[in-house]
Amino acid sequence: MRRFFARNAPAYVFLLPWLIGFFLLALGPILASLYLSFTRYDMVSAPRWIGWGNYEYMFTRDRRFWKALQVTFTYVALAVPARLIMALGVAMLLDKGLRTIGLYRAIFYLPSLLGSSIAIAILWRQLFAADGVVNQVLAMVGIQGASWITDPDTSLFTIVVLAMWQFGSPMLIFLAGLRGIPRDLYEAAEIDGTPRWRQFTRITLPLLAPVIFFNLVLQTIDSFKTFSSAFIISNGTGAPADSLLFYTVYLFNEAFKFFRMGYASALAWFLLVIIATFTAIAFFTSKYWVHYENERD
Amino acid sequence: MKTSATDLEIAIQVDEAARVAHELRLKRDKRDRNGRILKHIFLITVSCVMLYPLFWLLASSLKPENEIFGSLTLWPSEFRFENYTKGWYALPISFTVFYVNSAIVTSLSVIGNLVSCSFAAYAFARLSFTGRSFFFALMMMTLMIPYHVVLIPQYVQFLNLGWVDTYLPLVVPRFLASDAFFIFLMVQFFRQLPRELDEAAMIDGCSPFKIYWAIILPLSLPAMGTAAIFSLIWVWEDFLAPLIYLNDIKSYTVPLALRLFLDQEGQSAYGQMFAMSVLSLVPVVIFFVLFQRLIVRGIATSGMK
Repeated sequence: MRRFFARNAPAYVFLLPWLIGFFLLALGPILASLYLSFTRYDMVSAPRWIGWGNYEYMFTRDRRFWKALQVTFTYVALAVPARLIMALGVAMLLDKGLRTIGLYRAIFYLPSLLGSSIAIAILWRQLFAADGVVNQVLAMVGIQGASWITDPDTSLFTIVVLAMWQFGSPMLIFLAGLRGIPRDLYEAAEIDGTPRWRQFTRITLPLLAPVIFFNLVLQTIDSFKTFSSAFIISNGTGAPADSLLFYTVYLFNEAFKFFRMGYASALAWFLLVIIATFTAIAFFTSKYWVHYENERD
Repeated sequence: MKTSATDLEIAIQVDEAARVAHELRLKRDKRDRNGRILKHIFLITVSCVMLYPLFWLLASSLKPENEIFGSLTLWPSEFRFENYTKGWYALPISFTVFYVNSAIVTSLSVIGNLVSCSFAAYAFARLSFTGRSFFFALMMMTLMIPYHVVLIPQYVQFLNLGWVDTYLPLVVPRFLASDAFFIFLMVQFFRQLPRELDEAAMIDGCSPFKIYWAIILPLSLPAMGTAAIFSLIWVWEDFLAPLIYLNDIKSYTVPLALRLFLDQEGQSAYGQMFAMSVLSLVPVVIFFVLFQRLIVRGIATSGMK
């Protein structure tokens, strides 16, 4: 017993801050959130147990919940592939045949670092305003641009473009992955006269599969959590016509504008379920399409 | 005699092969050079498109109000530096206060992140203890949890503690390693350091804390630097947590202050709003330029956002 203690004590001392944080800031709140999701709670009076009431309302009667899901899923479905394709395309251009890529790499990464700031969200509102930069460029080629931000049909598109603009970090991860592919594979393919496109589908894609998988999971989770830009661009409400009602924006408003804490907790738990499901699907299907090079077959 | 004939044939063939190879190489080099030039042209175009919004922001922050919209040119007809001086005082409270607030929150958070995350990472990467893989798995799972899920109970908790409208809800979690991502980053790095160092130090009678302080930390400056820069930038740009916990304008951080400009939109202070937006990005850009190498390596090795 004493030896057990002596062996473990130092490690747990180092682990202590994280352990406290884990129980008080992660596990505790997650369980509390689960409990609250079965209650009605306005922060004035104590939470009142209402069973499945919140979930029932959410799935059967809450139109805005479905709208928020639709907006968020549309966004994820558009933004994640767009961002990854940009990232992979640029990474491949940078990977081969150029001697100096440092400056490009820096320029392409900078938006990712700035992109989630309020300043950029403010800038984006003006770029896509009716008399903004985007419409002026379109006018030069004779296209009458929409009123991007205020038109419910196009407003989501502006945030997808903002997401595409921030392809920097998946690009860097792809670059590191591409570096790991042995050069002689391409040289051998070149000698055999394999066309470029085939080299891409037969060498690059399969060998990059683990990295693509990693980026896909990371970006999908990240996109579900998009908040600041949607909040700022939609004036905090999800306007126009709820077309920017991202799930997180809806959750925030239910909780901190209307103080429906119980209902917002139910929303939060459902978000956790969505993200967990996506992660699980990715991991369970990965063995069919992700081939790790050091794996023994 | 026959043998020498074949030798000759082989020699001719080899020579021929060498000639073909040389031609192929010349062709490839030429194609490569053309390809390289094309690539540069393409990449420069993409770079310009990517950077244009940022330059537009900078230019608009210096333009007279009536020039901001309706023209694509980046060069102002006259430089309005007063956008900056007026913008600084445009809100009921001057930006000096907001910057001081942001600086306090950011510096405390960075310190908290570095200390608590390196502690946890040291335990996970270098010490063996009962329950290590279990807790490590738990830690990795917390990476997936969206902040929105824990937000409401955390808010209730901090409200009951009387911490709302103070910086404690923003800073204290960081001293409890709530940004578990940095633990992961540091574990990856600590694991690469040779084990023999710890063992030798252990034999010399060093305590685990001494090993952490005198061996692991000094050897991990790149990882610590990467973590410091990222946490600095993320905390500086953080919007959601300050939005929830800070109600009094005197305690606002810079992003919250910028949002106040939006509420006043239509009062035609775009130049000032853009000027303050530019200023809010300056620290991030400076850190990026100074520490680009660390940032790039950090992402490539750990895959962060």
